[in-house]
Amino acid sequence: MKVGVVTFPGSNCDEDALLAIREHLHLEAVPLWHKDHDLQGVDVVILPGGFSYGDYLRAGAIARFAPIMQEIAAHAKRGGPVIGICNGFQIACEAGLLPGALLRNDHLQFRSMPVTLRVESRETVFTREASPGALLTMPIAHGDGRYTADEATLDRLEGEGQVVFRYVDASGHPTAAANPNGSLRNIAGVCNATGTVVGLMPHPERALDPLLGSTDGLVLFRSLLALTKA
Amino acid sequence: MTRFTVSVKIVPRHGLLDPQGKAVTDALHTLGFASVRDVHVGRLLVIDLEAADTTAAQAKVREMCERLLANPVTEDFVIAEIATT
Repeated sequence: MKVGVVTFPGSNCDEDALLAIREHLHLEAVPLWHKDHDLQGVDVVILPGGFSYGDYLRAGAIARFAPIMQEIAAHAKRGGPVIGICNGFQIACEAGLLPGALLRNDHLQFRSMPVTLRVESRETVFTREASPGALLTMPIAHGDGRYTADEATLDRLEGEGQVVFRYVDASGHPTAAANPNGSLRNIAGVCNATGTVVGLMPHPERALDPLLGSTDGLVLFRSLLALTKA
Repeated sequence: MTRFTVSVKIVPRHGLLDPQGKAVTDALHTLGFASVRDVHVGRLLVIDLEAADTTAAQAKVREMCERLLANPVTEDFVIAEIATT
C-alpha cells in the first residue's frame, strides 16, 4: 500500500506524517505537491496539519482550490481513503468532503495539549481496528477547532454514525471541561457517509512513539493495514 | 465593460457563538461603553472588477461569495455597496 501526504504552502505536519507512515507502519509514503495533478498511484491520502495559505480568509478555504484537490476529490468519490488531520480536517470540510466547519476556539486561545478522545464509530477505514468506545490520548495544537454544523446536520451525523471521535474526560464522559475548543457536542472528528473520509483536529501522527508520551495514534494507521488484508 | 468597486460584508451566522464579538463586547464594557449590547466581528472585502452593468457586477460577486468568500455553513454575506470607479 502506498500513502500520499500533501504539502500545501504552509503545511507543517507533512514531514511528521511521512515519517509516521515510513517508520511506524513500514509502508511506502510519498509527498504530493499542491500544484500537481498526479496522485502517483497512492491508495491513501493524508491532508496534514499546518497553516495552509496562512489560514487567509478561513482555515482551509484557499487550499481547497489547489490543483491536487481535484484529484483528491475524485479519489474520495471512488471510495479512496482520505484522512484530514487538523488543518487537513479544515480543508476537507471546506472542500465539502466532510460536513460542517471549524471555527475559532470559543476561548480564542491556541491550545497545544494532550486530549482524551472516545472512539464513537468503528465503521470507518481509520477506526475499524479500535476497540469499541476506546479512549485514546493524543495531542491537539490549534486555534480554529470548534466543530460546528446546524442542529439537523448534527442529528443526522449522530444517527448515521458519522461522529467518529468525541472529546471526553479521563473516565470517558463528554463533559464541557473536556472540550478544548467549544466544539458542538464535543465532536473531535467526523467521517463521510461511507466511512472512507475521516477528519479530526487531534494529531494521531504525533502519538506513535512512546518518547512522545502516547502511541494511541497507531490504531488509526493500523486500521488502514486491514485494507490490504481484505 | 465598466469598472465597479463592490464591498461585501461577511458576518458570522446569527445564533452561532462569536467569541471574537464577545471579547470585543467585554472590552468595550471595560472601557465604559455600557450601552453596547452585542458585537459581531466579520470581514469586509472590497472587490475591484469589470462588468457590463451593476446587475452583472452584483451577480458575479454573489457567485464569488457562494463559492469562496463566505462559508455557507457558518457565515452570511451582504453586498453593502456597488460603485463605479
